[in-house]
Amino acid sequence: MQQKAGERRRNETVGQEACEREVIVNGETCSTAASTLADLIEELGYGERRIATAVNGQFVAGSMRAATAIAAGDSIEIVAPRQGG
Amino acid sequence: MNIIDTNAVSRGEGASDVLRLYGEAVGSRLLLGTAQYPSPDILGASVSHSGTEIVTVSLRREAAHGGGGERFFELIRSWGVRVLPNTAGCRTPKEAINTALMARELFETPWVKLEVLANDDTLQPDVFGLVEAARELVAQDFQVFPYTTEDLGVAERLMAAGCEVLMPWGAPIGTARGLANPYALKTMRNYFPGVPLVVDAGIGAPSHAMQAMELGFDAVLLNTAVAKAGDPVQMAAAFGAAVKAGRTAFLAGLMEPRDMAAPSTPVAGTPFFDLEAKR
Repeated sequence: MQQKAGERRRNETVGQEACEREVIVNGETCSTAASTLADLIEELGYGERRIATAVNGQFVAGSMRAATAIAAGDSIEIVAPRQGG
Repeated sequence: MNIIDTNAVSRGEGASDVLRLYGEAVGSRLLLGTAQYPSPDILGASVSHSGTEIVTVSLRREAAHGGGGERFFELIRSWGVRVLPNTAGCRTPKEAINTALMARELFETPWVKLEVLANDDTLQPDVFGLVEAARELVAQDFQVFPYTTEDLGVAERLMAAGCEVLMPWGAPIGTARGLANPYALKTMRNYFPGVPLVVDAGIGAPSHAMQAMELGFDAVLLNTAVAKAGDPVQMAAAFGAAVKAGRTAFLAGLMEPRDMAAPSTPVAGTPFFDLEAKR
């Protein structure tokens, strides 16, 4: 997942606390400046879509995403309803 | 001798014979999966023609540029059916538990079809992980529909863990082999007369579903047999009819099988009877 060029330049000007970190989202490595799961969801562009999330294998309720910190190396699952048997 | 005590098997209240799952009255004894249909329209028509009131669903990774999940959710809602989310693909209790938690938030239901799988070739239940996950999910107020085997020991442990429904397989998922071990299923039916039992997996033809219902099972769950049929909509209708016919036959009481022939037409009054012997 590519970081937008504008975001990279903004991060470089605001200092260490906004530096990018590598995380794994749905099995793919990507860089993010987000410090919380809610920020990551917004940064990735999910909007208000119906999704559910887990961090490092543990479910994180929608109401807890803003309070859930994201660290480098974290594995995040973002799932949505799908057909199933 | 037929070991099924048909009078002991649970029936609906009064004359309506309505199925109850975790206290919910369900009008159809066919549960239908939603995967692998040629199109959303065919899926919707199949759901309608089957008469089902419960469909199984799953949850899967979705990219930010996707959006199919939202559309699918709206589609299900338009059918007016209940959803039974599954934990398909989960190999450990942790995966299954967290998948169930995500599913409950997504689909807004405490129901979960619990799958914890042991083997990629057979997709057979990991019965140890299944019991462990069931116990934890019941503790977290889920209403668990465990996909299990015919093993009575496992079934007892699932009941002790708080499951009020059992879903033994007919045959491995997607094999269309029907009831691979009807003798064990019969035993299970007799062993848990008051428990809703749903045969889930391996069904290929309406005759398989009817056989399960004739054994006294409370319902049947299937997916591939309809989705991969030549005409899924017609096949869905066929399965709906088969499940109803099987239930009616069970309630009517099947005759006992026997080894030697017994004439159906009365012997008394047969013309030319015994004349050769008297000449």
